[in-house]
Amino acid sequence: MSDELVSFEVNGQTLQARPGSMLIAATDAAGITVPRFCYHKKLSVAANCRMCLVEVEKAPKPMPACATPIMAGMKVWTNSPKARAAQKDVMEFLLINHPLDCPICDQGGECELQDLSVGFGNSTSEYVEIKRVVRDKDIGPLIETAMTRCIHCTRCVRFGEEIAGMRELGATGRSQYTEIGTYVAKTVTSELSGNIIDVCPVGALTAKPSRYTARPWELRSYDSIAPHDCVGSNIHVHTARGKVVRVVPRENEAINECWISDRDRFSYEGLHSQERLLKPQIKRDGHWKKVSWQEALDAVSSILRKQLAFNVAAFAGPSSTLEEFFLFQKLLRALNIKNIDHRLRQVDFSDQAFVPSGLGVSFTELEQQQAIFLIGANPRHDQPMLNYRLRKASLAGAKVLALTPRKLAFNYTAEQIVAAPLAMVTELAVLVKAALEAASQAAPTVLADLLASVEISDTAKSQVENFKAPNSLILLGQMAVQHPAFSSLRSLATVLAQATGAKLGYLPEANSLAANLVGVLPHRGLAGEAIAAPGLPVSAALDDKNLTTVVLMNAELDDFANPQQVLKALRAAKNVIVFAPFADTQARDYATVLLPTSTFVETSGTLINAEGLWQSFKGVVNPPGEVRPLWKVLRVLGNALNLPDFDYVETSEIVAELKLELQAVPLTAMGQLSAPLVVAKQDANTMQRIGDVPLYRTDALVRRAKSLQAMLASPVVRMHLADMERLGIVAGDLVRLGQGDSYVQLPAEADEAVPKGCVWVQSATEVARALGAAFGSIMVDKG
Amino acid sequence: MGVPLKDSLKHYWKTFSLNELLKGMRVTGKYLFDRNKITIQYPEEKTPLSPRFRGHHALRRYPNGEERCIACKLCEAVCPALAIKIELEERPDGTRRTTRYDIDMFKCIYCGFCEEACPVDAIVETSLFEYHFENRGENIINKQKLLAIGDKYEAEIARMKAADAPYR
Repeated sequence: MSDELVSFEVNGQTLQARPGSMLIAATDAAGITVPRFCYHKKLSVAANCRMCLVEVEKAPKPMPACATPIMAGMKVWTNSPKARAAQKDVMEFLLINHPLDCPICDQGGECELQDLSVGFGNSTSEYVEIKRVVRDKDIGPLIETAMTRCIHCTRCVRFGEEIAGMRELGATGRSQYTEIGTYVAKTVTSELSGNIIDVCPVGALTAKPSRYTARPWELRSYDSIAPHDCVGSNIHVHTARGKVVRVVPRENEAINECWISDRDRFSYEGLHSQERLLKPQIKRDGHWKKVSWQEALDAVSSILRKQLAFNVAAFAGPSSTLEEFFLFQKLLRALNIKNIDHRLRQVDFSDQAFVPSGLGVSFTELEQQQAIFLIGANPRHDQPMLNYRLRKASLAGAKVLALTPRKLAFNYTAEQIVAAPLAMVTELAVLVKAALEAASQAAPTVLADLLASVEISDTAKSQVENFKAPNSLILLGQMAVQHPAFSSLRSLATVLAQATGAKLGYLPEANSLAANLVGVLPHRGLAGEAIAAPGLPVSAALDDKNLTTVVLMNAELDDFANPQQVLKALRAAKNVIVFAPFADTQARDYATVLLPTSTFVETSGTLINAEGLWQSFKGVVNPPGEVRPLWKVLRVLGNALNLPDFDYVETSEIVAELKLELQAVPLTAMGQLSAPLVVAKQDANTMQRIGDVPLYRTDALVRRAKSLQAMLASPVVRMHLADMERLGIVAGDLVRLGQGDSYVQLPAEADEAVPKGCVWVQSATEVARALGAAFGSIMVDKG
Repeated sequence: MGVPLKDSLKHYWKTFSLNELLKGMRVTGKYLFDRNKITIQYPEEKTPLSPRFRGHHALRRYPNGEERCIACKLCEAVCPALAIKIELEERPDGTRRTTRYDIDMFKCIYCGFCEEACPVDAIVETSLFEYHFENRGENIINKQKLLAIGDKYEAEIARMKAADAPYR
């Protein structure tokens, strides 16, 4: 395909396009309507619906516009009698077996077949024989199927193959026996599976959670931003009668193209959770009492005023908005409270002087990388839309290397170095040593001892060789940030980046980049300004014996690295003030004041994504009950405490102010090196826990979305077969897991993906609340 | 132009002979003794109604007792007076049903579009036109009431539908 444009004619109108590009793309760009079902601009051309037949000069028969390459001087008619007759005939064939159940079909009103049959269909059918019936498939809790409605456009099949990278759906049988399905009955598990609902032109695949809730014509659509990961996918939130009923993607080529992850699509279900807080509550003598906002804020301000600043610790969850983070730290700093933190899952703060930044490249640049090294990152779970970009890069030839504590299921070719959490540091050191040798550089003095202790392997040499490519990127993921020796991993990654010339970036958690920028940190203020007498980071603040009061904003047990420690500290604290949309039984146990605050659909706010893009959104629905936007609650609390400069009327004022302050802050991932942590050798009696966060347990809203929860497997403990034999455990046996002073029992399962000496027990689950550090040592024995 | 003498004499004759009065009295006299009286003794007597008469609404059921309405919302969408309000759910047996079907009889203009739009002949306008409301709020007829009316008048509704069927 050359880049030169050629002229051709459509309906007498002269158009220009690259020769060899498909006709339908050119007519779409020119705004000429050509009916279609199987063509989708992001998917490969299948040309199997035949709806886009057009008349082409000198062609004996009508040609499909989606599969006809443009040639210079060609003449095309999209609405000539011949083209129209062909389109009408195709439509008649498509309708032969399509059931007339539009009144009960959820797609009714936004159905491509319905729309086009108005323009191209006959009012009566000549077909009098029996219509085909296809048994519906159960493909999981997210997608409802009505396969009789399927017109075999294969968009869902191509989506799975080309975008989701999992060939889960396929077509079996021929002609009228063709069926779309999973062949062997199973749940469609792709983290992007919800998009097949959007690509399906008919009602064969519809959303199960929003089944039979509303008609498309009664929905109001609002623009918003998905808050669950660091991508900030653009979404449309659809409401009916003031209630959110579904979320669909909003096209943004630079961020999410026209897709969104299932987490962003179905998390809205959590909004209607039973655990939603609707009225401020104060615990008095062990009993919850519903109070007015005035009373609740008076109580909070008197608590905060009475407590000495060093008795207070304040933690914010990473899915809060920029404005909430800003007002939170501003309020607490004005009261001289220093133990402020948002790094709830991080445990190693030894080199916290350096504040992690974002990706370092834009999402579109991510596709152009030639070598990508993922350290402790599971982008497929943590940032599904970024994983899609990484997959594109990989398909374009990028070499992907991953250093991970358990073997990950990548949906593209990736070389994996699987090492037990504690061994990750040495594995990375091997690569660093190889890179330094290849670049003939000397090891930095702080790392000299560590590097001297490892041997370069041949594989490491070839792996490092890939990073000499001009576009190479090293990304530290959430499993690295939560790693007990994060500082060592970061220092080593920095040296590796310097030695190979690769860029270094982070895959931050949700909106935590914003929290870093505005200074929801014990040692940094607004715009990274160093605090003279820094406060304590999370775990130290929790263990501090002076602690009497804890303030939690959008944070609950499941958001912390070590729920056991948190629960103990919160139970011991005199006052626990919770700003949150939800409260479960555990929160009702440890909290003393519950303030019902907004979720992302009920407040205006701003999210900063991994590439540093600020995206503001507006509220979509009125908050239920007496719920108030969180930033307003913090503002009013500021007024109640007579603090200066708490007079914001709109979030846009805060954003304007912060834009000026934060513009100059460089988003760099490089920082100075720190000495590697001396990590204790693994005790023979214990094993290492791999406690990453499951796909649908990332934040409070997601954890309450029923259908997403149904996608998660019931908790088990997975370990290597060799370990099971050593401990005398058979698959299915209950295993006793102990961390700290409590233990849980879970059924065991053999898993070759888990390195020897490790158990994979995911964190942020209900069971894991009784356990300790996500990446700590754990006692395992036969229960 | 003056009136011709002949016409003017005719006029005088008609006036003095009370011809017009007698003509009128003839009509009165005719109806006084006529057997086919037009006056209807409502409510004891009623006029016949067209099968297309559009009175009070009703929701129908199938002979097996299952409600017809599938909550497709077409009546709600077509209603020019926005008198219909429907909420729906997936019933435990997997079928699409309404949880709420309200018609505001004050808003309704009895245009019959809802009946026309209904793909399953669930919402109909019956020939029932004698009803009243005593309190505010009673004008909103809910699903239970609509179904009850449908149950009560099903025989008549079916007869009316059958009578109109050849013309559709």
